[in-house]
Amino acid sequence: MTAAILAGVLVAGGVYLVLQRGLIRMAFGVILLGHAANVVLLAAGGLYRREAALIDQIAAVQAAADPLPQAFVLTAIVITFGVTVYLVALAGSGSGDDTEETT
Amino acid sequence: MIATALPLVFAAPLLASAILMVVHRPIWARRAVLVGTVGAVLAYGVVLVAATNGGTVLVADIGLWPGGIAIPFVADMFSALMVTATALLTLVCVAFGIVAGEDEQHYFAPFVLALYGGVAGALLTGDLFNLFVCIEVMLLPSYVLISMFGGENRLKAGRIYITYNLLASAVFLFGVAFVYGVIGTVNFAELAGAAKESTAVAVAMGVVLVALAMKSGVVPVHGWLPRTYPETSPAIAAIFSGLHTKVGIYAIYRLYALVYDGDERFLGFAVLFMCLTMAFGAMSAVGEDTIRSVLAFNMVSGIGYILLGVALFGPLGLAAGIFYLLHHMVVKTSLFLSAGAVEVRYGTQRLDELGGLAGREPLLAFAFVGAALSLIGMPPFSGFAGKFVLLQASFAESAYFAAFIILAASLLTLLSMGRVWNSVFWGPVRREPDDTTGTAAVTGAADTDAVVAGNGEGGAVLQKRRTHAKATSPLTHVSPALAAPALVLTLVSLGIGLGAEGLLNLTQQAAAGLTDTSSYIEAVIGR
Repeated sequence: MTAAILAGVLVAGGVYLVLQRGLIRMAFGVILLGHAANVVLLAAGGLYRREAALIDQIAAVQAAADPLPQAFVLTAIVITFGVTVYLVALAGSGSGDDTEETT
Repeated sequence: MIATALPLVFAAPLLASAILMVVHRPIWARRAVLVGTVGAVLAYGVVLVAATNGGTVLVADIGLWPGGIAIPFVADMFSALMVTATALLTLVCVAFGIVAGEDEQHYFAPFVLALYGGVAGALLTGDLFNLFVCIEVMLLPSYVLISMFGGENRLKAGRIYITYNLLASAVFLFGVAFVYGVIGTVNFAELAGAAKESTAVAVAMGVVLVALAMKSGVVPVHGWLPRTYPETSPAIAAIFSGLHTKVGIYAIYRLYALVYDGDERFLGFAVLFMCLTMAFGAMSAVGEDTIRSVLAFNMVSGIGYILLGVALFGPLGLAAGIFYLLHHMVVKTSLFLSAGAVEVRYGTQRLDELGGLAGREPLLAFAFVGAALSLIGMPPFSGFAGKFVLLQASFAESAYFAAFIILAASLLTLLSMGRVWNSVFWGPVRREPDDTTGTAAVTGAADTDAVVAGNGEGGAVLQKRRTHAKATSPLTHVSPALAAPALVLTLVSLGIGLGAEGLLNLTQQAAAGLTDTSSYIEAVIGR
């Protein structure tokens, strides 16, 4: 439930920011959307299992966290990071570009 | 042996890209690496087609994990055909880029290679999350390419492109998370048939399919495509037209066949959307006023034709759709390349500024009119065979409305392509080639950096080349080398049209692999 609300709030903020004109705001929007996706990915692995997933150390396999979504999140974070860096660079190089309404 | 090399198709272009990112000079070495890598993938693609002939499925599991846990690279006939076709198109577009002088910009070669690596990975992967990663690998270089090359509106086009694709990627990622949350795996073979059994999986996978449809440019989420493709440089637009949307289409085919197992509940809905896409794209193309925007809208229409194959499903529909997909990639890229050649030489792509090119540029006119006739669906070009089998498939499935739309949209395509032909190739000559660079004009093959450095007007020339790479040949006409890439693809289309039986045989095998997924599943997890 907490994860669902959190993801919902993040998506709402992210979509709002992505639809703004300034490229920096858009970059922030992309970051928020990326976080929302990561929260959903983590929740997909089951939030109630939190023990370390080391085979020889866990008493009950049922309690071990699912490592696969964590690997997904790690990959997704790297991709979001790369995209953010590129967007910020684009905002820097094209400052003043298309930030105002021209009709 | 052939199977173990599968991950290399993904890795080799990325590795070559990384090397070229650091090593810029000399320019001939850069070109050799670029052409050599893509050429090697093309050769390997042909080997793959031969190896998968007869329904064999090749699998390479990464890290020697057992099947089902390992992240597999899988090649069946469909993947093999797509790898071959994409490699061929990339090679031809790269040749155009070299002749047009676009690759003098250092980052052209490495980013095109990274882009191709992503495409090849997406075509060969057997894992949903890996598909997401490969599509991202394909898109990130595109963001750079689209903002770096092209006319004055390129940054605006780049913004639309980046924003839109980032949103689509986010939707894709949510879809992957939902699928994993519902069923606990992202391996294609493990997912097989899951969406037919469970509605929850069908909904979760539906999110992924919507994201893929967004990336493919299906109406009503097609608006980004005609607003971005006309603004980049000619070579980049041609590469994008051949590769980008087609990867999304490939993934839709693969996922619908495997995960939904061709579930009939959603097919009627899909046919409706594909009819909308065909009609809407063809109608919008009629009203456009630059060559490439006409082509971009015709591309939207073509996506409807291709995906109609999967919407009709069944062996006949899938074989027709895959045939049309291959035909469309070749023809569309040929058209974008002829438009690019006109633009590089004459400095404009506006219909009202061009005219009378048929007499001046016979080679280019032949390449254009051949590809245009093929797009419309005239024999003996490949478009005729493609549309004919699609019509057959829609009659077999009693989708008479779709058959009507196929014919009506073809007529509209005839109208829009006829308009381009009339205003660009017929009528009075309205514009002379851009030839203002005078003594600084250099041939495309030379190492122009040295020429520019030894010339007083160096700065101005370099500036000009950055904006559009116009003046690479001292000839007043489109040089044969510049027209050759488009011509080669038109001839390929003619060849496919004349030997349609052969390719149709291969696409039927590809379709058989999609309708009966048991050999795919057994190859991936049955070992």
